[in-house]
Amino acid sequence: MKEHISKQDLHLFEENILTKYRKNDSPLMQVLQESQNLYGCVPIEVQEVIGKHFRISPAKINGVVSFYSMFTLEPNGKNTVGVCLGTACYVKGGERLLDRVSERLEINLGETTKDGMFTLAPTRCVGACSSAPVIMVNDNIHGKVTSDDIPNIIEQYNK
Amino acid sequence: MKERITVLVCGGTGCMASDSNEMVIQLKQRIKELKMENEVTIIKTGCFGFCGQGPIIKIQPDNVFYVKVKLEDIEEIITEHIVKGRVVERLLFDDPKANEKVKEHKNMDFYKKQMRIALRNCGFINPEDISEYIAVRGYEALAIVLSENTSEEVITIMKDSKLRGRGGGGFPTGLKWELTAKQPGNEKYVICNADEGDPGAFMDRSILEGDPHSILEAMAIAGYAMGANTGIVYIRAEYPLAIHRLETAIKQAREYNFLGKDLFGSGFDFDIDIRLGAGAFVCGEETALIASIEGHRGEPTKKPPFPSEQGYKDKPTSVNNVETFANIPSIILKGAEWFSSIGTENSKGTKVFALAGKINNIGLVEVPMGTTLREIVYDIGGGIIDGKEFKAVQTGGPSGGVITKEHLDTPIDYESLKAIGSMMGSGGMIVLDEDNDMVEISKFYLDFTQDESCGKCTPCRIGTKRMFEILERLTNLEGCPEDLDILEDLAHNIKNSSLCGLGQSAPNPVLSTLHYFREEYEAYANRTISKSYKIIEEKCIGCTKCSRVCPVECITGKVKVPHIIDESACIACGACFDACRFDAIIKP
Repeated sequence: MKEHISKQDLHLFEENILTKYRKNDSPLMQVLQESQNLYGCVPIEVQEVIGKHFRISPAKINGVVSFYSMFTLEPNGKNTVGVCLGTACYVKGGERLLDRVSERLEINLGETTKDGMFTLAPTRCVGACSSAPVIMVNDNIHGKVTSDDIPNIIEQYNK
Repeated sequence: MKERITVLVCGGTGCMASDSNEMVIQLKQRIKELKMENEVTIIKTGCFGFCGQGPIIKIQPDNVFYVKVKLEDIEEIITEHIVKGRVVERLLFDDPKANEKVKEHKNMDFYKKQMRIALRNCGFINPEDISEYIAVRGYEALAIVLSENTSEEVITIMKDSKLRGRGGGGFPTGLKWELTAKQPGNEKYVICNADEGDPGAFMDRSILEGDPHSILEAMAIAGYAMGANTGIVYIRAEYPLAIHRLETAIKQAREYNFLGKDLFGSGFDFDIDIRLGAGAFVCGEETALIASIEGHRGEPTKKPPFPSEQGYKDKPTSVNNVETFANIPSIILKGAEWFSSIGTENSKGTKVFALAGKINNIGLVEVPMGTTLREIVYDIGGGIIDGKEFKAVQTGGPSGGVITKEHLDTPIDYESLKAIGSMMGSGGMIVLDEDNDMVEISKFYLDFTQDESCGKCTPCRIGTKRMFEILERLTNLEGCPEDLDILEDLAHNIKNSSLCGLGQSAPNPVLSTLHYFREEYEAYANRTISKSYKIIEEKCIGCTKCSRVCPVECITGKVKVPHIIDESACIACGACFDACRFDAIIKP
């Protein structure tokens, strides 16, 4: 599911968001984060607008976007599911949990379900090691998860 | 009416994952219904540290510490404790050793041996209210420094305290400040490194969530000492709560003019900005962190020039870690002599460790340098879960190594850990028991580093990938004994030739486990290890659940008859183990 951002939206993005950062020293990371939050991704057309506005070459912007795991070119699903693969969760079976979630959603790591409801995002330690293993859906942390809890957790967000 | 009771509810990420937020809402609502708002105050605090027992609710002034509170317990706490003044015994901490309930936290083994400097306020104040921080002498250190000390004197205090960087490297903080202060020019920067990337370490997050003002105060002190007027906190976007608390704290500090222009009428200006990371482990390295703030790919640059000479925007910059900053107000208030009296000869003060993994008391512990691992694991940590055998502790995360049983009595400091092939790192301590496979653990870390390698230098980019491939070959039982020599050789080459700390330390988990657990590697290399799950016949009741979940259909058996696993076909996915309700399946 590829969403195109209209010319008008791009214009508004430039007017409302980019101008806020005009006086900042090095705004690139911040405006990319704005785009990621707003559109769920940083598509090429947005990168071009940012490049023109701040006089940065599109190649350089693309280099930055592709470097950081939080920036994506395609929008994520409505919900982002992350199975923590930090060490504490790993030693308590986080990897197996990831396999179960992947089976349940029928997608691999980094992919989005066909209905656009879920993205299975690669997730590093979320710092909730005391509740290991944990699953993070959007900003919510589910702790001490077992394989049996997975259907329930997924269903909570499937609406 | 006079305020009678204060209820402190832990609002750290760990406890919030178990409904503590909802508890605050319910408590407030019930107190309102009982019309006791004037007598009872409900406060959401930062992390208490005893995360394994969370959610935690503490009631003052009775000093009662409730653990593992559930939503349905709230009513009882209100009717019994708050209304009638009777302690709810069943929610007290159960001391497993003495087999008795412990009411006050200071009597718990977990807290007894701790000494809290960096975590001094976590769990005791409301992090979203600046007046609570002021009440515990907050911003007093900044006021003293600005009115009584010159910049040089502040640096002397820091040098005398012998505080060293808590992010992992252990570079003397006072010296770092001095190097930055000496540089010419008026434009300098103070950066707080809150890009806590080490998986399994969560002290920086807890400090920012529980005591954000102490970081702001320390950054302002650092700015004054070095002649910098701008501070930047670079924080991981994965920590939404910490970001929120930090933003709130900055706003409040500006209102009180503890940040902004002419602080305390001294003529010194200082303000702080927050920048978010975007998911790159290498950005914890200071030059990569600066590149990221500047809007580049987070690739490290070679040193020299050091950031203290040419950092952010090519101006002198000092990058310090969150925990390092958290120590600073106390050092100013209590003196360098006090601080340097704690710890070992070359490592002063305390260190916060994040205890996690197969240990009973999971949480954050702060102990004086020189405490032994045995004290941390057994006295504070309460030993291994289910009474299993201790195997090792992994410290330093993807850059560190393992500490084994024979070194349990080593006093922990920067040097001693290095000497036994591990490192302090940021303080993550993952406890491993007899069930953990050391080759799998080092494969896990290599997978992490090869994925997070920024790709700039070849040894790290390609070398870690090749190491990971060898480990994968071994664990798939496709390796050979020569692989171990290649692995070791490669590891040393990567260590010696990588550009930054990530690559230079990436082989450590492998080297360290190869040294202490070589027989496990050899078992894989010689293919003598069994990789299959097994069913204990006596325990299996024949429920068929395992055979239904097995993805390769290697479990057979009839209903109500013990099942059998075809060991040659088992892929060791663990699905049967998870499914079994009767503990009838054992891991390889």
